[in-house]
Amino acid sequence: MPPILFWFLATLAVLAALGVVMQSNPVHCLLALVLTLLAIAVLFIGQGAVVVGFLQAIVYAGAIMVLFLFVIWLLNVPVESGSTGRLAAKFLGAVGVAALLAELEVFWVPSHLQVKAAGQVAGYGAIDALSQTLFSEYLVAFEITSVLLLVAVIGAVALARRTTDAETQQRPENSARTEKAA
Amino acid sequence: MVQLSWLMELSAAIFAIGVAGFLARRNILVMFMSIELMLNAVNLAFVSLGSRMGTMDGQVIVFFVMTVAAAEAAVGLAIIISIFRNRQTVNADDLTLLKW
Amino acid sequence: MTIELVVGAIEAIVMVLIGLHLSIFLLYFERKGSALIQDRVGANRANITGLGRKLGMPNLGIINTLVADPVKLFTKEDFVPEGADHFIHGLAPFLALFPVLITFAVIPFGDTITLGGHTFNLQAAGINAAALYLLATIGIGVYGVALGGWASNNRWALLGGIRATAQMISYEIAMGLALVSVVMTYGTLDLQAMVRAQGGVWFGFLPRWGIWIQPLAFILFLTAGVAESKRIPFDLPEGESELILGYMVEYSGGKQAAFMFTDFAEQALTAMLLVTFFLGGWQLPWLYRDGFHLPGGHLIAIAPLAVSILGVIAFLIKVVILCAFLGLVRWSLPRFRYDQLMRLGWKGLVPLGLANLLVTAFIIVAMGGAH
Repeated sequence: MPPILFWFLATLAVLAALGVVMQSNPVHCLLALVLTLLAIAVLFIGQGAVVVGFLQAIVYAGAIMVLFLFVIWLLNVPVESGSTGRLAAKFLGAVGVAALLAELEVFWVPSHLQVKAAGQVAGYGAIDALSQTLFSEYLVAFEITSVLLLVAVIGAVALARRTTDAETQQRPENSARTEKAA
Repeated sequence: MVQLSWLMELSAAIFAIGVAGFLARRNILVMFMSIELMLNAVNLAFVSLGSRMGTMDGQVIVFFVMTVAAAEAAVGLAIIISIFRNRQTVNADDLTLLKW
Repeated sequence: MTIELVVGAIEAIVMVLIGLHLSIFLLYFERKGSALIQDRVGANRANITGLGRKLGMPNLGIINTLVADPVKLFTKEDFVPEGADHFIHGLAPFLALFPVLITFAVIPFGDTITLGGHTFNLQAAGINAAALYLLATIGIGVYGVALGGWASNNRWALLGGIRATAQMISYEIAMGLALVSVVMTYGTLDLQAMVRAQGGVWFGFLPRWGIWIQPLAFILFLTAGVAESKRIPFDLPEGESELILGYMVEYSGGKQAAFMFTDFAEQALTAMLLVTFFLGGWQLPWLYRDGFHLPGGHLIAIAPLAVSILGVIAFLIKVVILCAFLGLVRWSLPRFRYDQLMRLGWKGLVPLGLANLLVTAFIIVAMGGAH
């Protein structure tokens, strides 16, 4: 990947990430997050992880963020106005983040980073290589992930649906009311 | 030639921005988006290291992280919807029922 | 390196021009072709010289639809409704149009062309994982519609936008399943390789096109593609007689032109994808790299450049026929109701797609490898 492309994408990703945390309108935050995700997807593709890069665009930017968008509209989330106080917490948070960043920098600059660099074989990142590894070494994790997705779907539907009147009556805190009425 | 350290520093920067967003913002949905930022920073680190070492393990782990993030987003948003139905707020400062 | 870049850029421009001209053809077909189908005259008012009328010719409507209408659209006042988000109101048409245009880049429109020793694929971007790229751009195309509906500060536009988004993401799944079956059949994600695998004939006369191997996937992809481009019978988001323009109702001028153009461009894109996956792409029956191998053993030798050009012409003819078919469908079928639409997508197409996937996988394993 040519360095100029990397610097462009890195700048884009960082600016968009800053946009996510600093915008007041949640829909603008979401669009900035989509931009970050797409920049990271292109970074993936540039390093040879082609399938995972496209999957990032399809799954993350194309599906999960649309879900976020729908929830923002459903809840009619208001635009945040001004500062909400608690300045001490924000100051300490900023200090903590600066400390985290400094620590990550110290430990990840490559004089400490002992990585066995190896070349990429032909077909690295193509769907053949990914599926070979996925379905041989990580087969159990794959199956458990499918169960996880099923459970997540059931859980999300169960949590977010509106309870019918009969079910609301069955709750213990509502039975006192019916006893009084009867 | 893109250095590995640049990619790791980018990942660290995005992670730190995500942490800052999570701690500083009070809107639950924006906090959720900051969590997604952190997950993506970690994904970037995995793919960079995997590609530098020439193995596919990094990408497979990113595959799983993406799937788990999708499941977590679905369930988390369902919880947020339930909270909104009961409390009519999405401000994390108003959810103080468990505070002593 | 540079010559590849230059040729790639020229191919990209050619592909965008093909897409644009197809969209303009579809626009013309929308006005005059539909008039032909519905036994009326259509657009026939605008004239420049009046010469045709003096000679007694019927007005072909070309000036009307292709000159007057675009000029009108681009010179109209471009307003943003009160209380709407200016930035997103301006961004949404671009977000809707951009993914469709960049998808044109991966569609192969010809075989190869040899210039001065280098051989180039007639495909603007030869991505190895092009089928995934298709799904990615279709996924991004959802945002333009959703944000367009929301940014109008109009509750009916928002409803139209939400319904359009739900429709698009539901049929994306059906399209993905049909796509996976096709990918399994050909064993590759690369579109040019898929088209190349559709060359040759069976029994001497039947071209080896994808539609004979995967008929159910063809029907699924056709339905899902029409639903993705929000054409009738799936045009509930636009709902022309009910919601006026659905999510586009607060747009005028150039932004509405962009949304309308997205509609036609997506239709052209669906036609091109169907041709690439199921109808042999640029393959002409009995045409190989060195000429026509007719049944009976005759060989008509043709220069390689002419073979490539014949391939391009074959591709264009197939796409135009399929676009005309999609237009015919548009003017024949009534609109689906929203619950019927969702039921068809989730309870009809997705199980069919999964069943198709299972049967395809079973046949591939039984035959011991890819087709």
